[in-house]
Amino acid sequence: MSVRPTRARRARLVEAIMKVVTGACVALVIGTALFVLGKIVAAGLPGISLDFLFSKPGMGMRAGGIFPVIVGTLMLVALTAVLVLPLGIMAGIYLAEYAPRNLLTRIVRLSIANMAGVPSIVYGLFGLAVFVLLMHFGKSLLASALTLTCLTLPVVITSTEEALRQVPTDLRQAALALGATRWRAIYKVVLPAAAPGIVTGSILGLSRAAGETAPILVTGAAFFLPTLPNSVFSQYMSLPYHLYVLATQVPNVPPEITWGTAFVLVAGVSVVSMIAAAWRSVQRRKVKW
Amino acid sequence: MKVTPTETAGQRLGRTTRRRAAESVVRVLIYAAGLLSIVILLAIAVFLFVEARRSIAEVGLGTMLTGTKWFPTGTPKIFGFLPLIIGSLMVTGVALVVFVPVGIGAAVYISEFSAGWLKEVTKTVIEFMAAVPSVVYGFLGVAVLIPWVKTAFGLTSGMTALTGGLVLGVMSLPTVISISEDALHAVPDALRQGSLALGNTRWQTAYKVVVPSASSGIFAGVMLGLGRAIGETMAVLMLTGNAAVIPTNIFESVRTMTGTIAAEMGEVVFGGLHYSVLFSVGLVLFGITFVINLAADLVLERQRKRWRR
Repeated sequence: MSVRPTRARRARLVEAIMKVVTGACVALVIGTALFVLGKIVAAGLPGISLDFLFSKPGMGMRAGGIFPVIVGTLMLVALTAVLVLPLGIMAGIYLAEYAPRNLLTRIVRLSIANMAGVPSIVYGLFGLAVFVLLMHFGKSLLASALTLTCLTLPVVITSTEEALRQVPTDLRQAALALGATRWRAIYKVVLPAAAPGIVTGSILGLSRAAGETAPILVTGAAFFLPTLPNSVFSQYMSLPYHLYVLATQVPNVPPEITWGTAFVLVAGVSVVSMIAAAWRSVQRRKVKW
Repeated sequence: MKVTPTETAGQRLGRTTRRRAAESVVRVLIYAAGLLSIVILLAIAVFLFVEARRSIAEVGLGTMLTGTKWFPTGTPKIFGFLPLIIGSLMVTGVALVVFVPVGIGAAVYISEFSAGWLKEVTKTVIEFMAAVPSVVYGFLGVAVLIPWVKTAFGLTSGMTALTGGLVLGVMSLPTVISISEDALHAVPDALRQGSLALGNTRWQTAYKVVVPSASSGIFAGVMLGLGRAIGETMAVLMLTGNAAVIPTNIFESVRTMTGTIAAEMGEVVFGGLHYSVLFSVGLVLFGITFVINLAADLVLERQRKRWRR
């Protein structure tokens, strides 16, 4: 009886092999991410200086900095936030607090899931047809922000709903028992309790929007502008589009400028969203209902 | 709610009425916002169709879908989508070969074998990968992968379907891993314990019990990854070389549907035939991703119901 049956031994061997194989998949994923991060930091960081961040591009974008590009991106994201947050949060409240369990709600949910999967270039076409041409906003900050609003909406709605659902029913019932109307209970009690989740989800969505190139390519991002945008109807420069231009459209750009632009974009987008995600998980652990 | 002693009953009543009125206004706004997603999705479909109408009338949907040549600016202009559709499918196919085994393998390891700390690490890594903008993946591909593909396979150009597909595969990994891992995580522990108690190893449990139970969720993850890959624009635009010829193998340059729209929309006359044809391309793209997403969502919904019990 001291010899183990061969079948069990074989099963153990297979298990050991498959652990290595699936483990290698994880290692490959982590390795790829580290490579992406490492390459961008190593090649991009040397090009970063105050001068690079705060001066205009010069010599056909082969010299100088990316100040108007950063400002344009921030303006676009701010305008998108102003448009998408009220709509997305209200839609999230609808789904978590008001929506009855019926076919209509199911269709709403399906639409949201489907919106999240619509290719970003299709949002670009939609924005071009509706906001740029039909509504006569022209190629502008406003047209791009409205396009990105449609694109970001599903993320904001989903994270708002999720955050609201984690607030226990007791809190709502207590507020209602004190005589609050349904909306007051939501506004005064449920929303503040869900705020961290909503804020984080929205930041994640907006940072995604900040990195989008295809939708703004056709709705307002400019190849090069000598001045900063002065109204919502101006065109603007933007980090992701600028990186595309530097990488593929302008020959002989010094590598530190292209990599520096990539570094600023990745740092801006991923650092912000990772801080947001980390903060959310800390909040989740801290608040015990 | 503070009730001051000087307040009369009438004032209090007035306030209640006001609040009730506010309540119904807010309710209308919230319901409207709730329905907004349906409106936007419908509007996308409608406006794509409206702008595509001219090309459907003048060129014909059948001619476009089955045409084998794409010469949008030649004389005569020829608008055949097959090179673009096959280009998209080929790039997506390469991506699929990357993200299906690696994504599912990683999800199985994270869910069934890994320690708690590794789960946290991979979660952060996946969030980072999902947060990196597609234009950055495209740029990294231009800087690193194009030269590598060129020398490794002895090609004259590194801009191929393979190059684009590899990068798309990496870009789809976060979607596939996180959704598959969620599906594996949702399988009740009782099933695992039952299998282990019968003397199965952890791998046998994963392979014969957990993965089959989570198969619909994993399928949905793969579908969503597929949708992401087929709809991705910037990386393929920068990496595949954009030759509008029906490709015969993955070492050739291809032009995808998304890349065509992004590259040509800047040069067309708004309202013109070429403009309208590009909306037809968009309509085809929207149709394909719509079906993929709908399938994935219906499958996910079914799974959610299954484990709710």
